[in-house]
Amino acid sequence: MLYLRQVFTIAAKDLRSELRTKEALNSSFAFSMVILVLFSFAFDPSSEQLHEISGGLLWLVYSFASALSLNRGFARELENDCLDALVASPVPVSALFLGKAVANYALLMAVEMVGFLVFGLLYDVQAAHYFWPVLLVIALGTWAMVVVGTMFSAVTVNLRMREMMLPIIIYPLLLPALMAAMTTTTDLLNGAPFGPNLIFLRVLAAVDLIYTLLSMIFIEFVLVG
Amino acid sequence: MRNKAIVLLALISATLLIYVLARVFFVLPDELNQGAIYRIIYFHVPGAITGFTGFVTAMIAAGFYLATGDLKYDRFSAAVTEVSLAFASINLVTGMVWARIIWGVWWAWDMRLTTMLICWLIYAGYLMLRRAVEEPTKRAKLSAVFSFFGCIDIGIVWKSIEWWNTQHPQPVLSIRDGGGMAPGMEAPIYINLVALLCLSACMIMVRMRQEAMSNEIDSLRRTAHTI
Repeated sequence: MLYLRQVFTIAAKDLRSELRTKEALNSSFAFSMVILVLFSFAFDPSSEQLHEISGGLLWLVYSFASALSLNRGFARELENDCLDALVASPVPVSALFLGKAVANYALLMAVEMVGFLVFGLLYDVQAAHYFWPVLLVIALGTWAMVVVGTMFSAVTVNLRMREMMLPIIIYPLLLPALMAAMTTTTDLLNGAPFGPNLIFLRVLAAVDLIYTLLSMIFIEFVLVG
Repeated sequence: MRNKAIVLLALISATLLIYVLARVFFVLPDELNQGAIYRIIYFHVPGAITGFTGFVTAMIAAGFYLATGDLKYDRFSAAVTEVSLAFASINLVTGMVWARIIWGVWWAWDMRLTTMLICWLIYAGYLMLRRAVEEPTKRAKLSAVFSFFGCIDIGIVWKSIEWWNTQHPQPVLSIRDGGGMAPGMEAPIYINLVALLCLSACMIMVRMRQEAMSNEIDSLRRTAHTI
């Protein structure tokens, strides 16, 4: 119970800090919008072909937007040596990690939901019938992005080329999850039944579980040593 | 002692490779449907297994490093990953050559091929991460953690042909319930696997010796600077 309260305290701190500055929130949202507009030049927005690749496009927006906000996860604690103070605090390092992941998840889900709505409006993608299954896929895929992104933002936090290294490291690790999320979302948005995509959903859930466990085990080595 | 082991491993590997090449090109007949190109399997499959064995070994060595803090395990893990990436590249390139002849295209976005490419990209990222961190202990710690994350994809690559309907052929080896090859045709795959494993062990030892020499040169340079 104490552990959960510690996770919640860290998450609330991060969310409060983000809602005051809105640094990651604004930049992720603005970046998502720019990519959504750019897609209209790359494809004919009214064509049938766009519907066939809609899931892929949506997840490209999400993954680019996530790299922006996840980069800030631990980097924002560098000022005034806040990271050292956090690590030295009585909060377990895994709770610190989980708290940050939960805060990142809440922020990213908010950006993604707005992005999903705008995507549907601009490109005439109807998702009303499949809203809940698509939401489940987005929720699972986003947790994979957040958990890997938060973990590796801790890994790269002290590197000189932090902004460059994080995407290079996290995208290949996320590819199995992104592949599963993209395929399932595209099928669902095109009205395909959920059944054949169950294997992708299992892959997503397994990736979420394994990456979360690995992160909670190894975050201590990354932040404390 | 280490030099003798390197020479011995290289000799075993060379002997087996020459034996397999002679057998594959001069004894075994062409395959009924694929013709001569099927012979690429004798490097394609052992290349993949050698690469995967290396990646898993690197993860185990990374675990030893995290448990003991001894940098020799980190050097071993890095050397194994580098060499295994080369074998994974052999697997990808030979697969592409085979696909060009049989499928008419160099690449198909099939799950087995895609997950293998992802695996290659992950370990290329591992090497880039190592180059980005200068402090040896920090580098060792971060790359050890990365090694554990990277290994997840190996399971997905391995199972991909069972989980999805792939264009990539289903298992042909009898040890994986394939049984699609005559025993005389299957045996050279295992012999070549031993040859490639010996070759990779030899390359890992050479790479570790290079690393030790590089460390020695660094320390001599530091001493020279202080003088």
